[in-house]
Amino acid sequence: MSTAVEVSGLVVRYGERTAVDGAGFSVSAGEVVALLGRNGAGKTSTVETLEGYRRRAAGSVSVLGLDPGRRADHAQLRRRIGVMLQRGGVYPSMGPREALRLFASYYDDPLSPADLLRRLDLEGVAGTPWRRLSGGEQQRLSLALALVGRPEVVFLDEPTAGVDPAGRLAIREEIRSLRSGGVCVLLTTHELDEAERVADRILIIDRGRIVADGSPAELASASATAEEIRFSAPTGLDTAALGEALGAPVREERPGEYAVAAAGTPSRVALLTAWLAERNLAIGDLRTGSRLEDVFMRLTGDGGG
Amino acid sequence: MRPLAAQALAELRMTARRGDSVLLNLAIPLGLLVFFSTVQVLPVSHPVQFLTPGVIALAVMSTAMVSTGIATGFERQYGVLKRLGTTPLGRGRLLAAKVAAMLAVEVVQVAVLAGAGLALGWRPGGSEALGLPAVVLATAAFAGLGLLMAGSLRAEVTLAAANALYLALLLLGGMVVPLSKFPSGLRDFARALPAGALSDALHGSLTAGAAVPGQAWIVLAAWAAAAPLLAAWTFRWE
Repeated sequence: MSTAVEVSGLVVRYGERTAVDGAGFSVSAGEVVALLGRNGAGKTSTVETLEGYRRRAAGSVSVLGLDPGRRADHAQLRRRIGVMLQRGGVYPSMGPREALRLFASYYDDPLSPADLLRRLDLEGVAGTPWRRLSGGEQQRLSLALALVGRPEVVFLDEPTAGVDPAGRLAIREEIRSLRSGGVCVLLTTHELDEAERVADRILIIDRGRIVADGSPAELASASATAEEIRFSAPTGLDTAALGEALGAPVREERPGEYAVAAAGTPSRVALLTAWLAERNLAIGDLRTGSRLEDVFMRLTGDGGG
Repeated sequence: MRPLAAQALAELRMTARRGDSVLLNLAIPLGLLVFFSTVQVLPVSHPVQFLTPGVIALAVMSTAMVSTGIATGFERQYGVLKRLGTTPLGRGRLLAAKVAAMLAVEVVQVAVLAGAGLALGWRPGGSEALGLPAVVLATAAFAGLGLLMAGSLRAEVTLAAANALYLALLLLGGMVVPLSKFPSGLRDFARALPAGALSDALHGSLTAGAAVPGQAWIVLAAWAAAAPLLAAWTFRWE
């Protein structure tokens, strides 16, 4: 796969404050990458540098072989990238249909606005002004506007923030079809679940630095956290007895949520379910292995990171 | 050409949709023209002769400075200008579309106001063709002032400032109250402003036996160059 986005040693400063502090990564065509971090970690500053909005203090960035910080390159890039800002970006009095038709007129070979309205489930509100759309409808319209010019690289800043579950499904579906169309997608999110669901690869960013880079499974397995089994069951289980049966300590972390501090081997899982079955206890969520959440918390934790 | 035409039409649709801009651009100049032509309170012998060029000047000011300034200020606040910065439209075509939309609105304004003036007994004369460059220069000057506010102030502040400036220039611009009735110091100050210069130029070019004073051209040209330059220099897109 060819490299679509390349960042190395990127530094972005706002006056005294350093927002991005030596970030480096690359994204290929046909790859969906999530830039995951807490608020203020440098996600938006990184993406906005790639979009050409921010000047970098140091480092190099390249999008489709062009430098978004150079005026002549940026003029070419604008035809080939799709951008979804974190907020706003649409005329408040314009409805989805009008906005999509207007944006379509900027490009030589745009997608059909009618198709995009249908795909993103905006037909019912096609004539409703932006300012009266719900948060989810606004986000879906922003995504449609980012796609209308058939971009080769798409930057999505918090695409699912404030979007209801149905809207999230529609947005994930669009991201999947971008991937299969060979488009490079770089999105930011502070929601772990979202990153895990949509991304082929996750870059964890903390204090302006990339602190982890890999597929969700790679990141989870690379964790130094000991493996464990997590499950939910009725509250107040006899954890001491269960621990004895499993040969590993069990604790009730939150009411009805348990963790077994041992690897989730098939035989140990069988022991667990058998123990619950003997007592006729229901079992909810059951998962083994270490979790991405643990990796994330460890890498971006407060107090020294 | 297609993006430019589509953008200009979108700007026009949005202007027509905003009730405040229709009021400011058409209803207020028309109301002033009809009221003061019918009710004899102005210190001039033929009010409609004086008022018609005056309200055309007012209409140009409202479109280029107030409407454009307020709309652009909110577009900046809502991130529209930022978002357009990563489309192929480009800033040059965005500005060209805004200018085209302004000129189109002005054509409608001049047609309506001149038509109403004629119906009320206005008899234009003189060198009417000179009105065109006067309006074009004034449009550049006022749009520059509107964009200067829109590009540096918060949208709500631009809204208030543009309306305050509109009211001040309405009184100081020789549009409804003749500058000849002003005390001399204030008159000189008013003539150095783009509003006073535009109404001098329109009164001079649209009235039989009158002429456009040279000073009006100089003042208009100076504002038409300085205001857009200053706006371009200070404009912040986000």
